[in-house]
Amino acid sequence: MSIILDNSTKVLVQGITGRQGNFHTKQMLEFGTQVVAGVTPGKGGQQVHDVPVYDTVFAAVSKHKDINASIIFIPAPAVKDAAMEAMAAGIRTVVIITEHVPLHDEMDIMAYAEKTSTIIIGPNTFGIISPGQSKMGIMPNTIYKPGAVGLVARSGTLSYEIAFNLTSAGLGQSTVVGLGGDRVVGLSFTDVLPMLEEDPDTESVVLVGEIGGNAEEEAAKYIKQMKKPVVAFIAGSSAPPGKRMGHAGAIIERGRGTFASKVEALNNAGAKVASLPWEVPELVKK
Amino acid sequence: MKLFEYMGKELFKKMNITVPAGQVFQSDEGVEKFVANTGEVVIKSQILSGGRGKAGGIKFATSPDVAKMAVNELLQSKVKDCPVQAVLVEEKINIDKEIYLAITVDGSIKRPVVIASSSGGVDIEEVPEDKIIKIPVDVHSGVQPFLAREVARQLLLQGDHFKQFVNLLVNMYKLFKKYDCELVEINPLVISGDKLLAADAKVTVDDEAAFRYPADLPVIDERTEREKKAHQLGISYVELEGEIGVMANGAGITMATLDIINHYGGTPRNFMDAGGGASTEATAKALEILLSTNPKVILANIFGGITRCDDVANAFAQVQEKLGIPVPLVIRLVGTNEEDGVRILKGQGIESFRTVDEAVAKAVELLASSEGSGE
Repeated sequence: MSIILDNSTKVLVQGITGRQGNFHTKQMLEFGTQVVAGVTPGKGGQQVHDVPVYDTVFAAVSKHKDINASIIFIPAPAVKDAAMEAMAAGIRTVVIITEHVPLHDEMDIMAYAEKTSTIIIGPNTFGIISPGQSKMGIMPNTIYKPGAVGLVARSGTLSYEIAFNLTSAGLGQSTVVGLGGDRVVGLSFTDVLPMLEEDPDTESVVLVGEIGGNAEEEAAKYIKQMKKPVVAFIAGSSAPPGKRMGHAGAIIERGRGTFASKVEALNNAGAKVASLPWEVPELVKK
Repeated sequence: MKLFEYMGKELFKKMNITVPAGQVFQSDEGVEKFVANTGEVVIKSQILSGGRGKAGGIKFATSPDVAKMAVNELLQSKVKDCPVQAVLVEEKINIDKEIYLAITVDGSIKRPVVIASSSGGVDIEEVPEDKIIKIPVDVHSGVQPFLAREVARQLLLQGDHFKQFVNLLVNMYKLFKKYDCELVEINPLVISGDKLLAADAKVTVDDEAAFRYPADLPVIDERTEREKKAHQLGISYVELEGEIGVMANGAGITMATLDIINHYGGTPRNFMDAGGGASTEATAKALEILLSTNPKVILANIFGGITRCDDVANAFAQVQEKLGIPVPLVIRLVGTNEEDGVRILKGQGIESFRTVDEAVAKAVELLASSEGSGE
């Protein structure tokens, strides 16, 4: 089992003919993802790695009625339009890989998602992977293995580092979710933690956060009532205030979102906080 | 992108938000004439960090010659380490009451929020939570007059002030939308007699919306030359003050790398997220930027996913051959095409590590020995 994504999920790729869309469609197919169709306006009728391409999402879903998730590889200025199109066509899980999406577009997307009860993952995420079953994203195929650790992270490569450490220590993963590095994203820790708590195949949870915002503090409130053990790692202990550390969300502004406040909240909630990434597997095993 | 106060006020005027009469000066030319016509004035340094009043960046003058002196003094000074390049000279207004008012984005509820307080004039962080009004905004309807009336009611405004406030807040939200703002803040919004005046303006615009900025939006860039160059390469780069030049691929892992350096007692010279999937050429250019900062040690932490280890290794080999790398180099290299990458580095006599732990420990050790040798 897993959350959100499993081997029955039928995936649409928006922007399938672009460089990223093309490359990652191949990677996803190799991993076992059921990519059933792609969309690029003006390229309908083509095929990419034997996947049929359509001009619009509506055309794709009318031909492939079982499509139930979409992954977006569209340049930032057009992401809002693409995400709205997926939702308007009835797709209720949308993963947005693209980075540099304007903040106001992100708010518009999330408002529409709320209205249509759509799960949005991202923007600016590596996606979601249920090892052994399926992936929707750009993460490397080789560092995961099926298992019982649920992993939820704000950051991509840092989650790879931690997944790699877990896998090397013999700890497989049920589902790994990347929330995305922007200030406004779809799923948050407080959405994913309850799903992992209820997932029968997840035995423990690893949360990978970073400085900025208050998502980890909010997560801590939920962790307090969780039965499954939670291990956390927070990046940014050494970051100076006022400087944006790559992610739009990763900035300490006016004393908010500091490393100390996150670690304290998580500790108080009963989570074990690793001070270095390679300590995570040991804490999970305890 | 943060705007200077005077730029924010130009936008306010366009949106019919009233500001005190004022003029911006980059030299003392015309200051005396302006003050002679205006009377008592306040002279404000135009810098991007807050707290300039306490740092001596605001002066008052009652006569043209005193104003001219104050302008010159400020233009030759640094306030909070920023050289003052412009001053805003404004009529001094009588303050009956100061209000705090802002529209920003609340990531936890994924929508804009209006924040207001009748305890204005101070940093909002110092205002107790129960004196802060926070009202979320639905992006479809925006700030309609009804919402502005509710804020005005909670601020206990009355009569003409109430009406002016409703217009002001509706216009402020229009500005927030039109210019893709992350923040529009007026602190203080001053009640002065029968008027409501925006005495300060803090406007931060979303960098990601640059492709659609309206033509009348001024653009300012507070990044260093190196930061600009890195930006052109699609690299996130922030200068810090330590000794170890750092390159990694991904924001989170770069941050964690800096943390681990600190853990081992070293200090990072920079934050450099060379991005995912960077080519040999882009990585070589990123490395050249790092070298130009004269670090004592260079540490690269590469977890190859979309990024290919052989591309990264080739970049290091190229730079080594072309420019020479005059400082110790420590590379952690795992992931896609790892074996090729390790072999290419070996050919250049560069050792690589498999874990970040070993790599950072080695980098800090090399730093200590370079410092020990009296460099």
